[in-house]
Amino acid sequence: MGIFDFLRARQKNTASIAKERLRIIVAQERSQRGAPDYLPLLRRELLEVIRKYVNVDQDAVEVHVERDGDHEVLELSVALPEKANAANVA
Amino acid sequence: MTEFIVVTSGKGGVGKTTSSASIAVGLAKQGKKVAVIDFDVGLRNLDLIMGCERRVVYDFVNVIHSECTLKQALIKDKRHDNLYVLAASQTRDKDALTKEGVERVLNELRDDGFDYVVCDSPAGIEKGAYLAMYFADRAIVVVNPEVSSVRDSDRILGLLASKTRRAELGAAPIEQHLLLTRYNPARVVNGDMLSIDDVKDILGIEVVGVVPESEGVLAASNAGVPVILDDDSDAGQAYEDAVARLLGEQRPMRFLDAPKKGFFTRMFGG
Repeated sequence: MGIFDFLRARQKNTASIAKERLRIIVAQERSQRGAPDYLPLLRRELLEVIRKYVNVDQDAVEVHVERDGDHEVLELSVALPEKANAANVA
Repeated sequence: MTEFIVVTSGKGGVGKTTSSASIAVGLAKQGKKVAVIDFDVGLRNLDLIMGCERRVVYDFVNVIHSECTLKQALIKDKRHDNLYVLAASQTRDKDALTKEGVERVLNELRDDGFDYVVCDSPAGIEKGAYLAMYFADRAIVVVNPEVSSVRDSDRILGLLASKTRRAELGAAPIEQHLLLTRYNPARVVNGDMLSIDDVKDILGIEVVGVVPESEGVLAASNAGVPVILDDDSDAGQAYEDAVARLLGEQRPMRFLDAPKKGFFTRMFGG
C-alpha cells in the first residue's frame, strides 16, 4: 500500500461480495437439485392465488420437496406480512 | 486397469483443453500409456493445442461410425511414444456421438492396455459434455476464480453425481477434483479475486492444482506445445504438480503468493 493511496478511490473488497453471492446462489441451487421441474411454476401460481387474498412479498412462498424414506414430502411455507396474524401458514 | 478422467467445467474458455493437453502429457511423462480424446464435436481444438492438427486423418466420429479402426484414428504424439490423441470431428451433426459408440471406443482403449483416457469435454451441458463425463471414474473440474465459472462448476458437480454411469449403477461415486486456472495471486491479495480457499469453501471439494495466469499458456498454444513442457513457465510447473497429485503424491501448492513489489511500486502504488 502506498502513501498516496488516499488519492486513489479505494475499491471495495469485491472478492468477498462475490463469495457471499455465490454462497447464497449455490446453496439455493443445490436445494433445488433433483427436484421436479414443475416446482417453479407451482410456486408462481401459488403466489398468484395467495396474492388475491393477502398482499405478500414476491419471495413469500417457499416450495420444497424432501425425501423421507420411501416417500417424498412436498412442503409449502408462506410468510404473511407482519400486520396479519403472525408468521407461517403451512 | 484403465482410468477414465473427464476434464470438464460447464463454462467455456476456462482452460479445459489447455488442461486436458497438459495433464495427458504429464501422465505420459510419468510413463503411463495415455489417450486424450476431444469430445467437442464440430469445434475441434485439442489437435491444435497438442500440435498435431496436420496429422488428423480420421477422427472420433469416424471410429464411432466404423469408418476406420481406432488404431487408424489414434494420432501418436511426436514427443511421447505412449501418448495418443483422438481428434474431434468437424461435422455439424449434433447426434454424431452416441452413448454406445463412445462406450465401444472406451472399451477398446481399455482392452488395448491404456492406463489413462483423458476426455476433454466441450463447454455446456449438452450431449457432448454429457457423454464426456458419463463413463468417468474421475473428474477434473476446471474453474476460474470468477462468479459464473464457480456457479457453473457447481452445476457440473451436480450432474457428475446424478447423470453418470457410476451414479446410475449406484457404484462408488466419481472422484472429483477442482483445478483452479487463471489464478492471479496479486489480485487475490488485493481482494479483487476469489481465493483458493473461497472456491474450496463454496464448492466443497478438494483442489488438485492452482495454475497461475501466465503468459506461457498463450505462447504454448501458439506453438502447439502443451504448456507443461515449458519448464520455465509457472503454469507448466503448476500442471506438473497437479499431475503428481493426481498420481497420489503430496505436494504443497505453489504460486499462491503475489510477487514482491519494488520500492517505487510500494511508495507510489502499482
